[in-house]
Amino acid sequence: MGALMMPGFMRGNPIDPLQAINDGIDAAAKKQLANVALTAAKASGATYADVRIGRYLNQFIITRENRVQNIANTESYGVGIRVIANGSWGFACSDSVTKENIAKVAQRAVAVAKANAKIITAPVQLAPQQGYGEVSWKTPIEKNAFEVPVKDKVDLLLNVNSIAMQNGANFVNSAILAVNEQKYFASTDGSYIDQDVHRLYPFFNVTKIDKASGKFETRRSFSSPVGMGYEYLTPTPDSKVTGIVTRYKNRYDILEDVKNATADVQQKLQAKSVEPGKYDLVLDPSHLWLTIHESVAHPTELDRVLGYEANYAGTSFLTLDKWKSGNFQFGSKHVNIVADKLQPGSLGAVGYDDEGVKCGEWDLIKNGILVNYQAIRDQAHILGLKASQGCCYAQSWADVQFQRMPNVSLRPGADALSVDNIIKDVKKGIYIIGDGSFSIDQQRYNFQFGGQTFYEIQDGKITGMLKDVAYQANTREFWNSCVAVADKSDYRLGGAFNDGKGQPSQSNAVSHGSSTSRFNGINVINTARKI
Amino acid sequence: MAILTQDEAKTILQKVIGFSKADECSAGLRGSEGGNIRYALNAVSTAGDESTLSLAVTSTFGKKSGTASINEFDDASLEKVVRRAEELAQFAPDNPEHMPLLGPQTFKESIEYVPSTAAITPGKRAEAVAKSIEVSKAASLQAAGYIENSTAFDAVINSKGLFAYDKSTDVDFSVTLRNQEGTGSGYAARGFNDVDKLDTYTATKIAATKANGSVGAKAIEPGKYTVILEPLAAAYLLERLFFAFDARSADEGRSCMTKPGGGNRIGEKLLDERVTIYSDPFNTELPGSTWNREGQPLEKTTWIENGVVKNLMYSRYWAEQKGVKPVPMGPNFIIAGGDASVEDLIKSTEKGVLVTRFWYIRSVDPQTLLHTGLTRDGTFYIENGEIKYPIKNFRFNESPIIMLNNLEALGKAERTISVESFRSYLMPSMKIRDFTFSSLSDAV
Repeated sequence: MGALMMPGFMRGNPIDPLQAINDGIDAAAKKQLANVALTAAKASGATYADVRIGRYLNQFIITRENRVQNIANTESYGVGIRVIANGSWGFACSDSVTKENIAKVAQRAVAVAKANAKIITAPVQLAPQQGYGEVSWKTPIEKNAFEVPVKDKVDLLLNVNSIAMQNGANFVNSAILAVNEQKYFASTDGSYIDQDVHRLYPFFNVTKIDKASGKFETRRSFSSPVGMGYEYLTPTPDSKVTGIVTRYKNRYDILEDVKNATADVQQKLQAKSVEPGKYDLVLDPSHLWLTIHESVAHPTELDRVLGYEANYAGTSFLTLDKWKSGNFQFGSKHVNIVADKLQPGSLGAVGYDDEGVKCGEWDLIKNGILVNYQAIRDQAHILGLKASQGCCYAQSWADVQFQRMPNVSLRPGADALSVDNIIKDVKKGIYIIGDGSFSIDQQRYNFQFGGQTFYEIQDGKITGMLKDVAYQANTREFWNSCVAVADKSDYRLGGAFNDGKGQPSQSNAVSHGSSTSRFNGINVINTARKI
Repeated sequence: MAILTQDEAKTILQKVIGFSKADECSAGLRGSEGGNIRYALNAVSTAGDESTLSLAVTSTFGKKSGTASINEFDDASLEKVVRRAEELAQFAPDNPEHMPLLGPQTFKESIEYVPSTAAITPGKRAEAVAKSIEVSKAASLQAAGYIENSTAFDAVINSKGLFAYDKSTDVDFSVTLRNQEGTGSGYAARGFNDVDKLDTYTATKIAATKANGSVGAKAIEPGKYTVILEPLAAAYLLERLFFAFDARSADEGRSCMTKPGGGNRIGEKLLDERVTIYSDPFNTELPGSTWNREGQPLEKTTWIENGVVKNLMYSRYWAEQKGVKPVPMGPNFIIAGGDASVEDLIKSTEKGVLVTRFWYIRSVDPQTLLHTGLTRDGTFYIENGEIKYPIKNFRFNESPIIMLNNLEALGKAERTISVESFRSYLMPSMKIRDFTFSSLSDAV
């Protein structure tokens, strides 16, 4: 529901770990197979066709305390063919990637398109797209996570768990998830695009129980899912953001973070319960990414705006009339939101989207004004665009591609501004680190967010930890209350490994960058209850 | 090919066991056939058919296990998948929670399979959607909806002689109707084993009534209100309670089922005495599987009886640790209801709020089971036993446990569906006092 969920990751057949580092079939062979699909589709009456031959590899290693709960490698290999015939889309797929079967799948896709053509209200208008010929793109990784022995990963996670337990945790769960999408795309526009996309997500959750009171608290890792290889787990000094607690950018020190988390969780148990009321919030990028995701990235998805997600993910308050007015004040002048599929290390970074469009960057909100949406080829004409913005994605070869969000990020402040300088101006505030509970309405007006750790700010100083904190706001009021954004030295990415949308639901991975930002006068509630 | 008979499934699975050289081997074979149609703006947007059949084999040496799967079924492929599972088992560290396989069990036959649902054709799906769109167009509304049906079979075998087979059917439908101006929205969702019970025309009519009825919503102050939750609303919130019926997390001290001072809440009165929650695979309105993946037989299990916690789920491992009998998770959840209709509950309400459905429910505090979410698609103010006018949507912060202690009345139970997990439940409408709405939403 345009929310964070976990479909898709478990798809595929379990395989031997060593099988995951085989290269699969080469680009020349895939081009031959793709041409079979394109030729068969055109011969059957398609005016446009694209084919995706995909090999999707997943690995997950899940542990708790001193034991491994699960190790799995999965592989999914197949072909998906999308066509336009008689003005309508058609799609068919198969896990049998032979020339004979691919031709049949293409014919089936055309038959589906022709059947759907009888009940469409308007023919598909596809933005023109140049063919790129034979091109390739690869996530710039330093170390392929699938080539790292399973034992090394197990040892690392059990070491994480051991540190937590030695420092007084009652329970600890940890995991490493790795994804490799080997995607070959070809279309009747003349593109043959070979891409090798890598993603990684290491994380843990520490729990501490106060048996006397029956209370418990948790603290999750400050890692992010990333579009990187295993090098993410090799920390460097410049990747550490020091302060009230160490946070990370580009690289992650999981052993240091779990020690800090265990100390934090002990402190959380003894923290003061928040007094509800209005506070100035100082939001760390490890927290703010999720607020950006829910309140900016989702409402600027054009398919929501148009009503195509009304029955599942919802619609959007950012209707076309607001964009057409050219003066819809989404946020304060400090709010500059950019969409991209380029940022190194981000989950959304690819060379080309899943309909063969070279990826780029564009503004969504400029100086607080709504200026654009996220669109794909068959939506570009609605915005008067001559080309797609490259937002098309399918979670696998077996799913039809559709509009999914790119990375959506808050640009850092242009003027030099440190986090300490933001905090020193706050009289009554809360500094929030890490993402927690999240909920937003179906048109993205009203939201509520929690966090991992909360610090009270009084007269410019952090005075101690708080608990039972959640804030509620209206999206537009919230972003118009933004009075400060730290400069680029604090810019970091957070992200969602598993954003869900569509029926049947598909999963998408995106990053959201920001620097620490200040929002004035936000309503904070106390979430403590007695049962 | 995707839906195998019991004999066909057993023949394949027995071959698998025959190839095993491990200390223990178990195998599961499952297949499904079905299709879907998605529509928006009163027109079909996508349609698909899906057919899957796959075999998963788990081999165990000592306490090391490995699993592999395949979707080819000739003898060479079957042997290959067994060998691969055995190789993977060698990679795995010892699992201290490994439990030996169960021996032969006796299973009753399930009643989940309905031939008319298995016979659904693409044409029948299209007809169901056409009826829904017809209602929308006649009411000058815009429909977005989804229908999906499936027929599935599931079979397991193990090297200790256990074999189980089950066949089921399912059809789910949901539709959102909105007016052109975007000022009114209504929703309906249905899920059945038996397609003959699905009436997309009537369901869409209800959504249309909600959409038109919600136009011109007034803002009323957030606060504590008496609410009447329709079954659709109650199911989405209360499934969060069902997911918490786990003894291990309670015993470990990290659950709403943890007893202060240690242990779990079995035997404790947790909810209003009119609340009884149980699972029953043989309920004719909500049938479920009669066994689970471990090969444990599933029978009727009462979780909450007259407000008292009677049972929590004990895995075989945790039951052994605690010296109790394993209690498998039920295949369904049912809350016993009364005789009152939603209309009866409205008539008996002096001041209150009728909630059609909730949206985007997320946990705020697992310890108290506090959740937040919002109302949507038809929220109405009730005064002196009548619906007076539509009201703007609210955000709530409420715990199902606190809510079921503030119970005023239970209505008649009916089969409904969670709008997020898409699991079906038998759920009464319910009247609750002091339900906490914490802010207003402009969303329609």
